[in-house]
Amino acid sequence: MADAAIEVRGLARSYGSVRAVRGVDLDVGYGECFAMLGPNGAGKTTTVEILEGYRRRDAGEVRVLDVDPAHGDARWRARLGIVLQQVRDLSDLTVQESVRHFAAYYPTPRPEDEVIEAVGLAEKRAARVSALSGGQRRRLDVALGIIGSPDLLFLDEPTTGFDPQARRDFWELIDSLKQSGTTILLTTHYLEEAEALADRLAVIADGEVVACDVPAGLGGRSRGTAVVSWAENGATRREETDEPTRVVQQLASRFAGEVPELAVSRPTLEDTYLTLIGEAASHAAGAEAER
Amino acid sequence: MSAATGAPPAGAPARVPTAWRLGWLRVVVELKQFFRDRESAVFNFLLPVILLAIFGAVFGSTTLEPTTITLAQYFVAGMIASGILYTSFQNLAIAIPLEREDGTLKRLQGTPMPKLAYFIGKFGMVLVAYVAQVFILIVVGRIFFDIHVPAGGQWFTFVWASVLGLVSCTLLGLAFSVVPKRGRGAAAIVTPIVLVLQFTSGVFFAFNQLPGWMQTFASIFPLKWLTQAMRSAFLPPEAAALEVTGSYELGRCALILGAWCIAALVLALVFFRWNRRDES
Repeated sequence: MADAAIEVRGLARSYGSVRAVRGVDLDVGYGECFAMLGPNGAGKTTTVEILEGYRRRDAGEVRVLDVDPAHGDARWRARLGIVLQQVRDLSDLTVQESVRHFAAYYPTPRPEDEVIEAVGLAEKRAARVSALSGGQRRRLDVALGIIGSPDLLFLDEPTTGFDPQARRDFWELIDSLKQSGTTILLTTHYLEEAEALADRLAVIADGEVVACDVPAGLGGRSRGTAVVSWAENGATRREETDEPTRVVQQLASRFAGEVPELAVSRPTLEDTYLTLIGEAASHAAGAEAER
Repeated sequence: MSAATGAPPAGAPARVPTAWRLGWLRVVVELKQFFRDRESAVFNFLLPVILLAIFGAVFGSTTLEPTTITLAQYFVAGMIASGILYTSFQNLAIAIPLEREDGTLKRLQGTPMPKLAYFIGKFGMVLVAYVAQVFILIVVGRIFFDIHVPAGGQWFTFVWASVLGLVSCTLLGLAFSVVPKRGRGAAAIVTPIVLVLQFTSGVFFAFNQLPGWMQTFASIFPLKWLTQAMRSAFLPPEAAALEVTGSYELGRCALILGAWCIAALVLALVFFRWNRRDES
C-alpha cells in the first residue's frame, strides 16, 4: 500500500485549446490537511474533480487511496467524502431525512445524530433543507461528506459566501475532523483559511503548482527579507535586512533600553501569495508574447 | 520534506449496500420529493384529475354516435393513458435536467450508491404516482361520469398496457432529459410535446374524427396505442365501433408499445448522462 493518500505526477487536462492543468505534482500524506490555493480559473477545481473521479485527465499518474480515480469502484467511493462546490439539491427533504438517506449508502456510516450534532445542525434537524441559510446548507454538505466516515475528505471552496463568524465556526468543525485523523484536501481562495487549517499548502496559478510548503515557509517567507521599523526623532525609520536580530541588538544598545515603536515584520502570507501568482501571471504573459 | 504524516488507515471491510436495497430507499426519497414539490405534484399528478373535472363538466353528456358512450367516458380512458405520460415522461424529462443542474446527480455520483439504485428509484416513484393517479381518476370517473370499470379480461389489458406504457415512457423520459439545455427551460420544451401528442392521439377529441394525416402522425408514437388499449379496458364492448378499424387491435397495440420499450431502452442507454455538458 502506498504511503500517501494522494499521489499526483504530471497531471494535465485541456479544454479545447485552454490548458487548464499543465503538469501538476502533488503528494498528500495520510492524516494531513492539505490546501490548494489559487485564483479563480487557476485549475483547482479541475484538479480536484479529477482526483474525485468526476473528470477525465489527458495525461499524468494519479493515485487516490491507492486507486486510479478513473477506475474507482463503489468500495473506493465508500472511503471518500466529497463536499462539492455550489450544490443546491435536496431542498424538499429535511436535514435528518437527508443525513439518514445518505448514511444508507455507506458500509460503515457514522451515527446520524452524532454527525448532525457535529456540524451544529441539531436544532435544524426537522427543517426542510430549502429553509436553511447558506452557512447551514454548507454544514449539511459537510455532514453528508463525513457521514460515511471517510478516510479522505475533499472540501471544494467550503466557505465561499460565509460571514466571518460562520467561517470561524466552520474552521472549528474542520479542525475537529483533523483531530480525528481524517485526511483533508481543501481548495480555497481565502488565504487566512488555508493558513488556519492546512498543514501544508500548494499555490496553483495558471494550471501549475508554483509553490508548495508549510504555510509559514511558503515562497521562502520564513527566510526572506525582514523589515525592522522604529521611531527616531519624530519620524518612522525602516531598515530591510536578512539579519533582523542583529539590527535589533544594535538598536537596543544604541537606545539603551526600550526602542520606541519597534516592530519586526516578515512578508504576510498574502504578500507572498500575491507575489507568487503575480510571477505566474507575468510568466504566462511572457510565454504568450513569445508565441 | 515528506508528505507521509500518518499511516494508511486499516483496510475497510467495505461491503457496499446493494442496488436493490438502496433502490427501495431511493423510491421513498423520490416520492417525498415528488409530492412535496408543489409544482411537480400539481403539474404531473393532479392535472389529469383537474382536466377530467373540467372536460367532464363541459362535454360530459355529449354522446359519440353511433354508440351511447359519452365523451366523458371516452375522455377518462384518454386521461388514464395521459397519466402514464405525465407521471413518467413529463415528470422525468423536466425533473432530471433540474437534478443535473442543482447537483443532485453529481452528489450521488460521488457516493458508493450503485447507479442502478437511482433508476430503480425513478421507476418506483413513477409506478406509485401512476397507480395513485389511476385510482383517483377511476373513483372520480365512476362517481361523476358513470364510467365503465374494467371487467374480467379488461383488467388484464389495463395491466399490460400500463406496464408497457410506463416502461417505454419512463425510459423515454430518461433519454429526453438530455435535450433541455437548462433545467429551468425544461418544462417549456417538454409540455408542448405532451400536449401535441394528447391532441393528436385521441385524448381530447375522439380519434376517429381526426383528419387522416393526424391519425397517421399519432400512430408513430406510443400515446395513440396506449389510449386505444385503455379504451378497450374502460369502455363497454359496443364502443369498439368508435375505432377507426372497428376493432381495438390489441395485438398491434402490444407490439408497437413493446417496440417502443426496446427503442426507448436503447435511447436511454445511449443518451442518458450524469454530467452536465461542461463537466466531464
